[in-house]
Amino acid sequence: MKKVYRLNNLDCANCAAKMERNIAKIDGVTSVSVNFLAQKLTIEAKDECFEEVKSKMAAVVKKIEPDCEILGL
Amino acid sequence: MKKDFELIRIIVSAVLFAAGILVSRLVEMAWWAELIVFIVIYLFIGYDILIRAGKNIIRGQVFDENFLMVIATVGAFVIGEYPEAAAVMVFYQVGEYFQNYAVAKSRKSISELMNIRPDIAVVLRDGVEVTVSPEEVEIGEEIIIRAGERIPLDGVVVRGESSLDMAALTGESLPRECKAGDNVLSGSINMGGLIAVRAEKLFYDSTVSKILDLVENAAGKKAKAENFITKFAKYYTPAVVALAVLIAILPPIFDGQWAEWVHRALTFLVVSCPCALVISVPLSFFGGIGGASGEGILIKGGSYMEMLSKANVFVFDKTGTLTKGEFAVKEVLPEARREEILRWAAVAESGSNHPIALSILKECPASESGFDIREIAGEGIVAQKGNVTVFSGNARLMEENGIKFEPVDRAGSVVYVAKNGEYLGAIVVADAIKDDTKDVIASLRQSGYRTVMLTGDNKAIAESVAKEIGIDEYRAELLPADKVSELDRIIAEKDAKDVVAFVGDGINDAPVIMRADVGIAMGGAGSDSAIEASDVVLMHDKLSAIPLAKKTASKTMKIVFQNIVFAIAVKVIVLILSAFGIAGMWMAVFADVGVSVIAILNAMRAGRINNGKIS
Repeated sequence: MKKVYRLNNLDCANCAAKMERNIAKIDGVTSVSVNFLAQKLTIEAKDECFEEVKSKMAAVVKKIEPDCEILGL
Repeated sequence: MKKDFELIRIIVSAVLFAAGILVSRLVEMAWWAELIVFIVIYLFIGYDILIRAGKNIIRGQVFDENFLMVIATVGAFVIGEYPEAAAVMVFYQVGEYFQNYAVAKSRKSISELMNIRPDIAVVLRDGVEVTVSPEEVEIGEEIIIRAGERIPLDGVVVRGESSLDMAALTGESLPRECKAGDNVLSGSINMGGLIAVRAEKLFYDSTVSKILDLVENAAGKKAKAENFITKFAKYYTPAVVALAVLIAILPPIFDGQWAEWVHRALTFLVVSCPCALVISVPLSFFGGIGGASGEGILIKGGSYMEMLSKANVFVFDKTGTLTKGEFAVKEVLPEARREEILRWAAVAESGSNHPIALSILKECPASESGFDIREIAGEGIVAQKGNVTVFSGNARLMEENGIKFEPVDRAGSVVYVAKNGEYLGAIVVADAIKDDTKDVIASLRQSGYRTVMLTGDNKAIAESVAKEIGIDEYRAELLPADKVSELDRIIAEKDAKDVVAFVGDGINDAPVIMRADVGIAMGGAGSDSAIEASDVVLMHDKLSAIPLAKKTASKTMKIVFQNIVFAIAVKVIVLILSAFGIAGMWMAVFADVGVSVIAILNAMRAGRINNGKIS
């Protein structure tokens, strides 16, 4: 399944790159792209573990940039 | 509001800082008094950074830029460099402010582009106008668009007449007329009277949705340069921090100058943040893609921008790309009898729907009617009324009717015209070449690029068109499948560093477009397959967008390259200077912020295209 989320308060380009790297390491993620300028996160993960990936992904984002939130999660 | 507050805070702290420096130079202050002055300024300008750094330490984010700045500045206080500590924080905030400003501005320019999204649709249901969101309109429903409103879905005009502003879609500023029966595209603005349109597509499949989707996701396909820079950033910060630790510990073991070496190590931390670099590269691509889309050129991502900038072999499809794709009267022989020849040909061809007949009728409408028209397949037309018989057709028609004629050897289709057995002359009908084709080919060749034309037409036509437009090479008599294999051959025979771009109309050429290193589709507005298959979409069918797209791509890549080299060079120089104690923290932070500002300003240049010219 592929989904696009809008990110609020994504303030640092390097953080976006870090998020991308760390989310890519989550089990079940096939591809991920964090677009700093468009403030968008595009994730593709296996259907059966999408919910799990979602919560892990949220944790990664929070850890790297505490103020940043994923909208519509 | 937040931004205003930030700006005021920066200005106030800069003034306070200058005053603090002045006072401490003029008056002999006790060390603790100086410490208090600068700590107050420091806390005022840097409290948010301190809080964030604290939070991040709890979360285990050690190589975070906030954390590194705090270490550097707190370290400076510890070794007694009070003004330096405050200065670093002030400058750092100036840099951050500027970065945020630039990013917000770029984001705004994209969201302005997003303004083509129609918010509402007025749909006619049971004779009543209902306002709904465009997503709710079904295919076949009738929508009403008043003057100044945006067409919400692709469809066909059923009532009314108006002109449409399609600038947001195609970059074309001239309005386009529309009347009942015409196809209209979502995203265009109704400039004239009320029109009723029957929806032919759902909102999600309409042109405006496709374009928005494309632009929003453009930055998804990252260029090599972008990947390089994020990889670089990944190793750069830990490496610089490690060096800082080594510098703080190793040399003082031998010379005992702890304060001096720690000072140098702290300077390292100041330049350890790669943010300027990380942001300037995608910002450049963003700018370039945004600027191009304003001209009706949609580039689907940074990686295609990169490929386009390297493209040096341009392969064109002929019909519909180099030529208009419609027949027109090109020549009448002999020119002296032009009117007479056209007049009788038009009379004969008036009943036909053949493209050749239509082109003759377009040049000269039929002046007489009531003829008895007989069409002879593969030969032409014989029209008769009273004692007048008109023959209009190919050489065989003339031969079979025993008419003496002069064979004409011209590229294109030749229509011989005779009246009552007497030969009048010939009309040469050919696919008209677009107005800007010659200039575009000339400008590409001037830049040293190879140009090739592919066509399904016969050799004679291909050769004459190739000669007329001045293209390097042509391949004729290709079936649609042959075009793919021909392009494959061109790709296989090229040098390793050559990049092949193919330009086609996107409807028949989708497989060839997909095969090319850079697939460029023309006339994308309204063609889904073109938008999907290609890497670069020209929303209109002006060929002059090709050199423009190429130049924009080259300019963007140059800016990206400049930024990478410049930022890395300055950082390395500052690191070397500070290792030898020549550059202090002042200079380091100044260089760091300066690089950010210059790189960002440079990046914003990428999107600047004025009146179709690269500024």
